[in-house]
Amino acid sequence: MKLQKATCFALFAVLELAADPARQLSAAEIAEKYDISQHHLAKVLRDLARAGIVESARGVGGGYRFAGNPKRLTMMDVIELFEPIRPDRADGDDPRPNTDIGRALRTVLNEIDEHAQATWRSISVSTMLKIVRQRPVAVARDQTKT
Amino acid sequence: MAATADADEALRIRPAVAADVPAVIALDEEVTVLAKPAYWHDMFERYGARGRRARFFLVAERLDRLKGFVIGETRAWEFGSPPCGWIFAIQVRPKGRLKGVGTQLFNAICDRFRETGVVNVRTMLALDNITILSFFRSQGMMAGPFIELETTLESSADRT
Ligand SMILES: CC(C)(COP(=O)(O)OP(=O)(O)OC[C@H]1O[C@@H](n2cnc3c(N)ncnc32)[C@H](O)[C@@H]1OP(=O)(O)O)[C@@H](O)C(=O)NCCC(=O)NCCS
Repeated sequence: MKLQKATCFALFAVLELAADPARQLSAAEIAEKYDISQHHLAKVLRDLARAGIVESARGVGGGYRFAGNPKRLTMMDVIELFEPIRPDRADGDDPRPNTDIGRALRTVLNEIDEHAQATWRSISVSTMLKIVRQRPVAVARDQTKT
Repeated sequence: MAATADADEALRIRPAVAADVPAVIALDEEVTVLAKPAYWHDMFERYGARGRRARFFLVAERLDRLKGFVIGETRAWEFGSPPCGWIFAIQVRPKGRLKGVGTQLFNAICDRFRETGVVNVRTMLALDNITILSFFRSQGMMAGPFIELETTLESSADRT
C-alpha cells in the first residue's frame, strides 16, 4: 500500500509535533528533517490547522504545535483529509466492473481495503508514537524475516 | 460521595470463582444484548475451575463489584505455532471504561502467560470493532503472521 505525498507529509508533521506537544516547529524545520518540499509541507500544515489537528503559533518564527487529542485522533482521521479511502469505490479506475473478472477483482480489492481501513482506524497517534519508539526492535524483527 | 469512594478503592484482579458467573453473564448481556448463561457456565468450567494449568479466567472487582473479566489460555502448536498465549475474551463494564481496567486485566493475563514460559500473545478480533482493535493496539499488539479465512459451506444439495 502506498500513501500519496501530501498524506505522508501530513503524517510526518502530525507525529513529529505530537511527539512533544509543547514544542513549536516551523514548516522549514520539519521539511528539513524529512528532506521534503517546504512549500508543499506548508500547504499541508495549513490544511491540518484548518482541521484543528495543529495550531499555528503567532510571533517571531511562529511555527506549529500539535492541537489534537493523541489518544483519540487516529491515523485514518489524518489520512482521510488528504486522500479518499473508500471500500466500495465505483469510480472510473475500477478494472472493468461490468465483467465477471472485474467484479471478482473488486471483491478481492475490497477485502484488502477493509483490512487497510481497520488498521488505520485503530491506530491512534499515541499508539503510533509507541511504534515509533519501539522502532529499533521492530526493524530488527523485520530484518530477521527476510 | 459514593463515586469518590469507588474511585479510591483499588481494583483487584483475581481468578474467577463460580459465584462470579452470574455477574459475568449480566455484564456480557449488558455489552452484547444477549444473555448466554449456558455458554458462560461452560467457559467457567473450561477455563476457571481450579487446577487448570495454562487456562485463565480472571475478574476485576472493586468494592465487591465485578468491573470486567478476561479469558485466555496458553496453547501449544495450534496452527503449527510454538506455544503462545491466546486471549479469547475481554470485557469491561460500559460505565467503568477508559479508566485502565482493561489494561490491568490485559497486564494480569500477560503475567500469567509469562509464567507458562511463552513470549507471544495473540487474539482474534472483528475487523469492524474499532474499540477493541484500538484497545489491543494501544497495548502494543500488531498484526501477526496468521490471517483468518472462512467460507460459507454450501449445502450438499448445491454441490451436486
Ligand atoms: C475494549 C475494552 C475491554 C477496553 O477496556 P477499558 O477498561 O476501557 O480499557 P482502558 O481504559 O485500559 O484503555 C486502554 C487504552 O485502550 C484504548 N481504547 C480503549 N477504548 C477505546 C475507545 N473506545 N476508542 C479508542 N481507544 C480506546 C485507548 O488507547 C486507551 O488508552 P487511554 O485510556 O490512555 O486513552 C472495553 O472497551 C470493552 O469491554 N469493550 C467491549 C468489548 C467487546 O466488544 N467484547 C466482545 C468481544 S470479546
